[in-house]
Amino acid sequence: MSGALHTVLAVAQIDTGDTAWMLAATALVLMMTFALGLFYAGLVRAKNTLNTFMMCLAAIAIAAVTWALLGYSLAFDGEGALIGGLGHVGLSGVGFEPRGEGTIPQLVFMAFQGTFCIITVALISGAVVERMRFGAFMVFAALWSVLVYAVLAHWAFGGGWLAAEGTLDFAGGIPVEMGSGFSALAAALVVGARKDYGRQALLPHNAVYVLVGAGLLWFGWFGFNGGSGLGAGNASVLAFVNTLLTPACALLTWFALDLIRGRRVTAIGAATAIIVGCVLITPAGGFISPGWAMALGFLGALPCYAVIVWRPRTRVDETLDVLAAHGVAGFTGILFLGLVAQIGWNGVADGLFYGDAGQFWSQALAAAVTPAYAFVATFVLLKLVGAVMPLRASEHDEAVGMDIVYHGEEAYASGEGAILVTPESDGELLVADPG
Amino acid sequence: MKLVIGIVRPEKANDVLEALYRAEVRGVSISRVEGHGGELERVETYRGTTVKMGLSDKVRFEVAVSDEFTQPTVEALREGARTGEVGDGKIFVVPLEQAVRIRTGESAEAAVTPMAKK
Repeated sequence: MSGALHTVLAVAQIDTGDTAWMLAATALVLMMTFALGLFYAGLVRAKNTLNTFMMCLAAIAIAAVTWALLGYSLAFDGEGALIGGLGHVGLSGVGFEPRGEGTIPQLVFMAFQGTFCIITVALISGAVVERMRFGAFMVFAALWSVLVYAVLAHWAFGGGWLAAEGTLDFAGGIPVEMGSGFSALAAALVVGARKDYGRQALLPHNAVYVLVGAGLLWFGWFGFNGGSGLGAGNASVLAFVNTLLTPACALLTWFALDLIRGRRVTAIGAATAIIVGCVLITPAGGFISPGWAMALGFLGALPCYAVIVWRPRTRVDETLDVLAAHGVAGFTGILFLGLVAQIGWNGVADGLFYGDAGQFWSQALAAAVTPAYAFVATFVLLKLVGAVMPLRASEHDEAVGMDIVYHGEEAYASGEGAILVTPESDGELLVADPG
Repeated sequence: MKLVIGIVRPEKANDVLEALYRAEVRGVSISRVEGHGGELERVETYRGTTVKMGLSDKVRFEVAVSDEFTQPTVEALREGARTGEVGDGKIFVVPLEQAVRIRTGESAEAAVTPMAKK
């Protein structure tokens, strides 16, 4: 077949309905990173609000560029077992034609997948907020987005060895959820605990930010899961509906556990439950029935809750519990789908309960290997970055707060006592000599 | 009877509370204040507007104590709040004319004596 003819046939496969939904879904997923910034900012102390938000913003700036330049190619070019090729470096060959059997332009596919890389990088910041140097985080983010995210995305989505093994991952339980969760654990260990960790109560400074952030994340997740069918077909519809059901069920479990433990239903617990529910259904969304999706929400919340209660009792300052909310929930979802996937719903594979034990083992393989790679690769990567530049702010800077130190701004500046610096005054008036 | 007032860095407030606790000083009020004690101003920029922040956040401790507790309270404040940098704050000790415990109506020394010493 000539190249020209191939192009004509390929263009004919584009479905405008699919493309329209995928454009919207891509925008929804990008919004999730800002929602995550709000969610994280509410969970830290007031003096670190802006820095925490800015780490998510930096992830957008950095990962969007590394993805276009290199990451997309390594993830989605060719069928190499461990890593993709360099055929799409700098987006070469990425145009209006679909990728493979797809029905949307490869450009849209690239952008959609790029927003996944972005939010995954942003997620890891939750492990190191309130003490990691902003510059060091940006260097780490650039390297991680290529060396860890693109590799895991290739394994799961790009035709790598896990995909070849038959492992199913609907919307990123492997690269996004387990990838961020277990990388976060490694990052927390390498960067170390905040200086006041375990000595003082370090409390969320704005629970409303946390709730609004969680709500916007859930909203965006309809694009994240609902777009992962790469069109507007049955798989996307199923994942979309399951994204409503699983978090709702996870919320009810969380309410019950909160009641049993503390006799009160907590708001920040509820916000956490929403994230956990969305993560649980991420790998399974388009593969399991709505009934099983509800069961996943009810049951899958249990191990995540246990890790969230246990982690603060350790010396590991994995500050915003990325491991529990993403790593453990992603792990649970990947395994659960190996049990209850139904070919009647997904047209692809049955799970263990429906007669295919092999599918469960394919899932277990991913659940064993992904955490190991994410943890080890991130650990080594951060050690290397740490050998070139300090990873941590000084104790003094940590006490003052990251906002003033790295951004020269405060989230809640009152303006009282502020002296306007104009070219004429140069701020000279009213300033006492510290002598 | 003295009123001991300590104005300290917000990030050292917990250390001061710990030190006061160790000194068995139990009654304490704190408030958030802003002030300027000669430390270098921070420069902040909001879009095109650059400002020098002349006032810094501080935490103000007020502790009413009987005379024998005055010195331990001052020591605890100093020990908890000190970093060695400009801006660590000040401690003021002022005479106290009267103190009344609202719950019992006790006055003077009885009203400020720490519960632990009763």
